[in-house]
Amino acid sequence: MVSAPRLPGVATLPPGSSAGPGQQGAHRGAPHPSPRHPRLDPLADRYAARTHGMKSSEIRALFSVVSRPEVVSLAGGMPAVTALPLDAVGSMIGDLVSGMGAQTLQYGSGQGDPRLRERICDVMALEGITDASPSEVVVTVGSQQGLDLVTRVFVDPGDVILAEAPSYVGALGVFQSAQARVRHVAMDDDGLIPEALEEALVECRANGDRVKFLYTVPNFHNPAGVTLTEPRREAIIALAEKYDLLVIEDNPYGLLGFEHEPMRALRARNPERVIYLGSFSKTFSPGLRVGWVLAPLAVREKLVLATEAQVLCPPSLTQYAVARYLDTQPWREQIKTFAELYRERRDACLESLSALMPAGTTWTRPDGGFYVWLKLPHGLDAKLMQPRAVNALVAYVPGIGFYADGSGQEYMRLSYCYPEPDQIREGVRRLARVVEAELDLHSTFDAVDTGTFRAVRPGPETTGSGTIVGPATSNVYEGGR
Amino acid sequence: MTESAAAPARTPEEEHPLRAVVLAGGLTFEREVSLSSGTQVVEELSRAGLDAELRDADAELLPGLAAAPADAVFIALHGATGEDGALRAVLDLAGLPYVGSPAAACRLAWDKPAAKSVVRSAGLTTPDWVALPHSTFRELGAGTVLDLMVARLGLPLMVKPASGGSALGVQKISRVEDLPAAMVSCFAYGDTVMVERFVEGVEVALAVVDLGDGPQALPAVEIAPESGVFDYTSRYTPGLTEYHAPARIPDDVAARAAALAVRVHEVLGLADLSRTDAMITPDGEIHFLEVNVSPGLTETSMFPMAVEAAGHDLGDVIAQLLAGRAGRAR
Repeated sequence: MVSAPRLPGVATLPPGSSAGPGQQGAHRGAPHPSPRHPRLDPLADRYAARTHGMKSSEIRALFSVVSRPEVVSLAGGMPAVTALPLDAVGSMIGDLVSGMGAQTLQYGSGQGDPRLRERICDVMALEGITDASPSEVVVTVGSQQGLDLVTRVFVDPGDVILAEAPSYVGALGVFQSAQARVRHVAMDDDGLIPEALEEALVECRANGDRVKFLYTVPNFHNPAGVTLTEPRREAIIALAEKYDLLVIEDNPYGLLGFEHEPMRALRARNPERVIYLGSFSKTFSPGLRVGWVLAPLAVREKLVLATEAQVLCPPSLTQYAVARYLDTQPWREQIKTFAELYRERRDACLESLSALMPAGTTWTRPDGGFYVWLKLPHGLDAKLMQPRAVNALVAYVPGIGFYADGSGQEYMRLSYCYPEPDQIREGVRRLARVVEAELDLHSTFDAVDTGTFRAVRPGPETTGSGTIVGPATSNVYEGGR
Repeated sequence: MTESAAAPARTPEEEHPLRAVVLAGGLTFEREVSLSSGTQVVEELSRAGLDAELRDADAELLPGLAAAPADAVFIALHGATGEDGALRAVLDLAGLPYVGSPAAACRLAWDKPAAKSVVRSAGLTTPDWVALPHSTFRELGAGTVLDLMVARLGLPLMVKPASGGSALGVQKISRVEDLPAAMVSCFAYGDTVMVERFVEGVEVALAVVDLGDGPQALPAVEIAPESGVFDYTSRYTPGLTEYHAPARIPDDVAARAAALAVRVHEVLGLADLSRTDAMITPDGEIHFLEVNVSPGLTETSMFPMAVEAAGHDLGDVIAQLLAGRAGRAR
């Protein structure tokens, strides 16, 4: 084995003389087995139109620090899975493999395991959906796949989807890759505003736009943290009737309320016009990737064909795991344990925000779920502030990701689901200092009136004047190593 | 394998594979880029036959290195700590050899305005600039100071953090009304902002390597972003920028660019490797923009393209640098 091979090529360059004429000539013709494509991607011209929005972003880059323990992350939406009885779940899954491997390690039905679909109907009954049949349920790889299937089945490029402002970022990604146009509908502390929905429907109708469906998260909204009130649920169903609107009800958090019993689902009020998306990610485990779609039979048929084309069938082992968990473990009590844990974290978050945030900052007060939606003082931009937050070792999600139209700069989403209460308090403390520093910066620059600046001379003509204002920091050489 | 303890006669091939620790990650904006660089380097070194391990610069690092010493360390950290000299100073304290520039030289190169001063004093060309902390604007009045800047430096202007890489926080400002907002967003990266006269031309990356015979420039890599601005998205999304290595420039210009990069490497006291970013004007004038002591080594980075354009293998080059620092024959 050669530990440090000598490079014949480099060593033969004349020392210190890369300035010599050889620099270009010597290398220009140098053969290389697979020369790089000038754009680094020989397939750059072939990608489908739906990939055009897929680019590297600073936001993602800045997020990479959250994996370091020094950083308090109020960014991710990770459930507190360690609150599960891990030993019991572990031996349960072990038994599924050792005792039932012939089934659990095999392909299964595209629609999903029948036993699990029965148990899913029991879960949905907690939110008033008592007429669902297991035959109307399609098990999916998380409700995210369910949303993708529904979108594939209904949406052509250019179709309009109505969605709350803001909306779940993962839904916007699905809609973007379907090349849909998203029309946002306003919400307030009581959830989606029916008048705004009607206005949007009338406007779309007037424009000749085809609205394929309304996408809504009625309970403990991601990212807004608000819940659709009872009267508004009725109003939205009435509008669906009036305007022949299909509603996609995405409900991953509905059972995680802190103050009251689960509210009656939109689907419970109208089985014809509502397609319901459910998930075990927040009530059990997101790593198992088990969710479902409840849809009228004709739709279900198309969903099953679509899912077979995508994944053949949902994973057997994790479906059995969920069904066995629901059969043998105290899952209702476990959901209460989760809710109690999240309530304590929500309290830590809201109390710290009240105590520490500078004037002009506002936020929602969720009574369930994972998220607080925070509005910064006037003029501040959560994305532009993000590097300062990384320096301060606190992470949040800038609001713009939750809008399809590029708005939402003044908002951020804070998640209290994952950090311990003490960490949440520390995170909010850091965040408050970041906002204060940003306010200070704005007070310096916001009042600048560039209209009063003297006439600007064009750049190149002013060269040679030797304009140097020295560096602001020291450039002292210290001893070498 | 000889059992003789008379070590000097042994060649590297007879020793155990060189054990290298590659540092990547860190607690900076550039963590993701660094992890990508570090992973790439470990793969290349393993292919070159070294025993290479990736480690983050965290509280486990020094105890880990004490327990399992490396022959030499390669720093693929970008951003503060890795590039500002701090981590290198600690490695010096610990007596651990590493590839790259010494701590003090890094401190200087990290401070872009300071590095520009040194480079200009050495007679090289660099666009006019001014670097100021937030407090100066607050105390003297932001409007007055910005007005002076624009009057003196003209438009367009480049606004960039005084330290840091990966193009994070860098903006080109063509309209004076966009300047205050650009200052606000740039100050989010650090307390000092550098405003620089914009130079129109071809942007090139000039890699320099010193394998023991003095610093050598590798072929210039020309950067042509589709959007016109080589920002973060253009830099890290394959397909959005065209790279030409060697650059499509006349031989005499390429030679002068290479000489500039070597000179920058020397006057700043850099060692082993560096990447100078420069702008070549239509009349062939070469402007120094900044220098990186820990150049990006990702799949879309310019340093590896330059190595490849020179007909070399990145893993071999880094292996040689490590061997040199480990005190083995190169």
